[in-house]
This record gives sequence, structure tokens and C-alpha cells, in this order.
Amino acid sequence: MFGPLNVKPKDSKGDKTGSWRTQGRPNYLHKNCIACRMCVLICPEGCVSGKEKNTFAVDFNFCKGCGLCAEICPKKDITMVPEDGRSEEK
Amino acid sequence: MKEFVEGSHAIAEIIKACQPGVISAYPITPQTHIVEDLAQMVSNGELSAQVVNVESEHSAASVVLGGSAAGVRVYTATSSQGLFYMQEVVFNIAGMRLPVVMTCANRAISAPINIWNDQQDSISLRDAGWIQIYAEDNQEAVDFHLIAYRLAEDKRVMLPVMVCMDGFILTHGMETVDVPEQDKVNKFLPKYNPLYKLDTAEPISMGLLADPDYYMEARFAIQETMKESIDYLSEISGEFKSVFGRDYKDLLVEEYQTKDADKVIVAMGSVCGTIKEVIDEQRAKGKKVGLLRIISFRPFPYARVYEALKDVPRVAVLDKSVSLGAYAPIAVEIKAAFYGKKKGPKVISSFVGGLGGRDITLESVYEVLRRLTAKEVNSDFIDLKPELLKEEYGK
Amino acid sequence: MENSPLFKSGHTACAGCGQAIAARLVIEAAGSNTIVANNTGCLEVFTTKYPETAWGVPWIHSLFENSAAVASGIEAALIYLGKKDVTNVICQGGDGSSGDIGLQALSGMLERGHDILYVCYDNEAYMNTGVQRSGLTPFDTNTTTSPSGARSSGNVRPKKAVPEICNAHGIPYVATASAGFPQDLSRKVKKAISIKGPKYIQVHVPCPLGWRHETNQMLTVAKLAVDTGLYPLFEYENGILANRKQIVPKPVQEYLKSQGRFKHLLNNPEEIKKIQEIADNNIKKYNLKAEA
Repeated sequence: MFGPLNVKPKDSKGDKTGSWRTQGRPNYLHKNCIACRMCVLICPEGCVSGKEKNTFAVDFNFCKGCGLCAEICPKKDITMVPEDGRSEEK
Repeated sequence: MKEFVEGSHAIAEIIKACQPGVISAYPITPQTHIVEDLAQMVSNGELSAQVVNVESEHSAASVVLGGSAAGVRVYTATSSQGLFYMQEVVFNIAGMRLPVVMTCANRAISAPINIWNDQQDSISLRDAGWIQIYAEDNQEAVDFHLIAYRLAEDKRVMLPVMVCMDGFILTHGMETVDVPEQDKVNKFLPKYNPLYKLDTAEPISMGLLADPDYYMEARFAIQETMKESIDYLSEISGEFKSVFGRDYKDLLVEEYQTKDADKVIVAMGSVCGTIKEVIDEQRAKGKKVGLLRIISFRPFPYARVYEALKDVPRVAVLDKSVSLGAYAPIAVEIKAAFYGKKKGPKVISSFVGGLGGRDITLESVYEVLRRLTAKEVNSDFIDLKPELLKEEYGK
Repeated sequence: MENSPLFKSGHTACAGCGQAIAARLVIEAAGSNTIVANNTGCLEVFTTKYPETAWGVPWIHSLFENSAAVASGIEAALIYLGKKDVTNVICQGGDGSSGDIGLQALSGMLERGHDILYVCYDNEAYMNTGVQRSGLTPFDTNTTTSPSGARSSGNVRPKKAVPEICNAHGIPYVATASAGFPQDLSRKVKKAISIKGPKYIQVHVPCPLGWRHETNQMLTVAKLAVDTGLYPLFEYENGILANRKQIVPKPVQEYLKSQGRFKHLLNNPEEIKKIQEIADNNIKKYNLKAEA
């Protein structure tokens, strides 16, 4: 029986939405970060990770370049830079 | 145990024995007594189900959908407008392959509003992907619910089942019924062991969006399961017979004196009781007539119908529903069973009767046999009142 | 959380989607012992296109208007199985599926007293089908079915007060929240989950596409909605107004000029006055003005 199209989360890898970025990408300066985790909190993709100060980074496979992490960072330690035709990093 | 009870109460008894975990229904005549009885059983501590008294049929069906998805046996019942209100949920439940069992207490459809029996409601949802079985009397109505759970929860099936019983005639009729005892029910119906369910220990997502790349296969799979269920019905009927003694043969049709018949009436539901009386009377007079009773309307047993009627010269299909603007629903299926085949009846005439609860009497059945001539008729309404048809609107 | 996330990356929401942020915060606050029922809408579509799913918790979508009823069935099943005490049940949907077509199912769920949290993601229109007006679309908003033109300033009706409707059902907790205040949202979800009975949280979620603003302005726009008094943040506990976010009110113009959907109002002081009135009424009703 081909079933009712149920899916287990561990079987789903997600779409590589990093390819959506056309205008810009976040650049984490890793200079004045205070590890407030607001960038982690606000990312619609949930693709920002990190632990201590200046360790936070974006998974460019998924980042759509919305710019909210740069907006929310209280230390202005994230800037948006042109995409430059670069593809996903991993 | 044999009891002389109202049909609805017998249904409540068998549902109690099947021990659903979630019951949810919205009141609509003539289904009300079933759910009221179940509520009383829960209140008395005889049944430990969660009864969810919802604010509409759409929600009743949604509640049992959710309960079934969470891995619990469920039950709902409705009729007529209620069934139509939950229509999109009904299709949803089948598409999600959840083994919900529902009683449809067949009742006519508005407009005009009419609370009495015909089969328009369940017939109108024949495309939904639910298995549909129709009971002739209250014993069958009781037994079919038990069979319904067994069939629905079979891992090869996992499709919802609608048990159809004529409203008022069966639901409110008093008959002697042998309600299966709990120990025998337990023997026949194992505990529900879901093939998939919402469980925090093993998360899954259900009800996803399927684009054109995936949708067709999901629907094809249901069609294939429907075809396979033709055989599963026979198999489960055999199991039922070995536990309870009652033999429903293949659970697809009942052949009543059709073997050498010149004329056979095809019908579904409680009207078959009346037709059988006419058949008996006519046979006593030497007339070769018979009845082919359809039990499983979905999946429709085309091959069985062919086998039963291929040598019968004249067939009358008596529908208790109508497909306005086209041939009647059962008649269409009967005709389709023979098209392109070598053998078959010379005449398959289609009659419509009993709409809105108009009684189909012995006289009505004689009239059908009379009108079954060499000239085929289609969607011929019986028992009409010509004086009503004379009235003109707007004059 | 990062190894087996409850809301995974790789979903197909628009860049900067307020609802994506809110949905992730909600499920992260609720935790892995949660079952979610979802209405049809943006959230459902962008998280579960077969064969992908963004949900790390058990999740079900049935129809547009019935998540509250489906969740009621799940809750009943969990009680029957003896698992309700260790499992949260959340049902969620957009403003249209909660306040319009789904209002009946929501009302029934609240009235029956199920132990379920309902989360409404309010982006103030039927966004998934193309920005059509809903009952929660604010006054004078330009949507595709209430477009502004020579004869109209947009939606002629006020915003349906769904939190008040829910509160009238006598439930223990009703709150409004905003994607512009993510920590406040998480706090409210955690609080709701800890209360037994039906709960309703309505989250204001800007939609860059439907509201017409830049993706990185989502926070600014959401904060302005709150700071002008147009979207008051409050909590009702057992029917009493227990908490509200106090503001130093900003003029509504600032909010209106931040989004393209109000562009047609900027040269219309009469309409702006009407909207200011709405804001002022909210400020009065909920006592939003911060003490000097």
C-alpha cells in the first residue's frame, strides 16, 4: 500500500533556499559580539548557530538574505554585503 | 445475546463492545438515539470513551480525524445534511488513510427539507474513498459495524468505512437482534494497532501538500486498495462466520432466488425485505423472479454482479436516490458491469422510488415488475402522485 | 535544539517572513512534547511540501478551518491514552482561518474547555491566496479584495476583535504578541502552556510581501504597530486584563508610511485622523500610556 504521504522529520533535508539570495548576505564581523543570541532568535530560517562570543555563523545553504540579523544585532557586528554571485558554502 | 430493541440502541451496544476511545457526533434526526445511548453508557461508566460534544458535523468529523490520527479507535454518526456538512472532512479522512467508522442513518437531502429515509446522502459521497456497506435489517446493521472496524483497521486496507442503515426504518425500528457478546467481539476484533500515528516518541508530519508530482499516486493507491478490498470483504466475512455463526457470504451481494429467474430486481438496504416478500409470493405462484441485493456499494462488485445476472433476461434496478440530470446511481453501475461483455440482460430498466421516505410497499414492487417489459426505461419514478404534478407554479 | 530542531531550516517561506519567526519561537517555547494541528495557510504550505517537512514534532494538517476541532480530537485521544499530562497540544492558523472560516471550530474548542493552546498568526489578510481582505484586516488597508481607488480608501470595516471574542468564552488565558518582540512571545507561550484549559495567543506577524516593506524592516514595522497603539500587547487572565505593554505613543503616520499597503493614505489627513482615533481608543481601553 502506497500510504498517505506522511513524512518523518529525520527523512527531510529541506530545500536549499540559500540559492534565493540575490541581493546580499550577512557578514559576521566577529569583533564586538556579546553573545546575546538575538540573531539566532530572529532568523526566520533558524540557520544561525553559535555558542560563545564571536562564534556565531550562518548556514548559507539556507540563508535567504533577509537582513534581520544585521538589523537586530545591538552591537552592529553584522553587516550585509553584496552576494557577488557566490554559491552556498559548506 | 438476543434482545428486542430499537435499532439505534443495538448499534450503541455494538459500538460499546468495540470500545472506541473518542466518540464525536452532532445531533441530527434520525441518528440521535445512537449517540444519546452512547453518552448514557459513558455516563454510567459502562464505556470509557471520551465523548466530544461538538458544535457542528464538520467539527465532529474533524475530531474523529484527529483522534484517529493520534492512534485511537474512533466513532461518529450522522445523516443527510450533517454528512454533507462534513463532506470535505470525509474526503480528507479517506485521503489520509485513517480507519474511521461512521454510521450513516440514511435520510433525504434538502431541499425540500425532509427527515425521512432515502439513500441520497451516502450515495452522494460515493467518490470519497470510503468503503460503503448497506444493511438490510438491524442484525446486519449491528454485525456490519463490527466488520467495519475489522476491515478499516486491517493494515492492508487503512480506509474509513461507512455503515449505511435506512433512517427511521432501521434506526427506530424494533427488531430481535443478537448483539455480540464482549468476549466474542474481542476474539474477532483485535485492539487497534495503528500503522502510523501522532506520537512525540516518533514524530511524523501528516496531511502534507502534494504537488502534481505526487498527488496521483496517492489517489491511485486508494483505488487499488478498494479493488483489493473486494477479496478482503469475503475473507473477513469468513472470519465473522467462524466466530458468530452468521454467514454473509462475500459481503458484496446477496443472491435471492436469482438462479433461474426471468426477472430480477436489484436494490439496496431495507427495501430488500419488502422485495423478498414479493419474490416469495410470486415464486409460490410459479413466477420466476429474484432479487439481487447490493451489500457493498463501494467497492462496487462489478464481477459479482456480472456472475449473478449474466443469464437473467430482464433486470430492474430500484434506486432510492437519484442523480438529477443523469441515470440513477446504482443503475449506472449495473449497466457498466455488462457493457462490452458477451452475456448480459437484454433489458436493464432503472426505477426510482422511496425518495423522501415515501413508502415502498408490496404494491410498489409489483408495479416495478409490471413495468419491467421488453422496452427499457430509465430513471422511471414509481408511486408518483399525478394530482400534485398538475399544480403549476406562478399561476 | 540545533541537532534535532523542532522547526527546521529549508522551508520555503518568503525572506524575512514574520510568521516563520513566530512559528519557530512558538514551537521552541512549547518543546518537543508537543503535537501541532495546523490550518491551511502560508505556514502549512511553506513547511510541508511533500516530501519535505520543517516540523520536528508530530504535526497534522487537515483542512482550512478545522485545526481547533482536529486538536480537540487529539487532546481527547491523549486523555484516553493517559498521555495528556505529558503532552502539549497546539493548534494554529492565520487570521483568516482563525477569525473567519475557523471561528466556529475555535469557539467550540474554547467552549468545551479543552487543554489546548490556539495560536493565531495575524498578518491581517488572506496572504497565502494573494493578500485578500480578512475579518482581521485593519481599517483602510489596501488588499486585493478591498483595494484603494478613486472611490475607496481600502477596507471599510474595523479589525475584528478576536482576542476579546475568545476572552468572552471564559477561558483562563488570552494574549496578544508580536514578532517584533520575540522574547515576549516566547514568554507568553511558555506561560500559556503551563496553564490548564483553553488558551488563545494572537501574534502580529508582518508580511513583507503583503504589507509591502523591505525584508529587513520586519522588526521596525512590528514595533511601530505596537508603539502607535494600533496593535496593543496585552494579557487577559481569567477574564481580567492582567498585563499590557506600556508605550510612549507614536503618531500613526510613522506606522502607515512604513508599508506600501497604506501608501494611499499618506495624502489623506481625514483618513489618517480616523486611524489615529482607533489607536487612541486602544490606548484608552487598555491603558497603554506609560506613566511619565
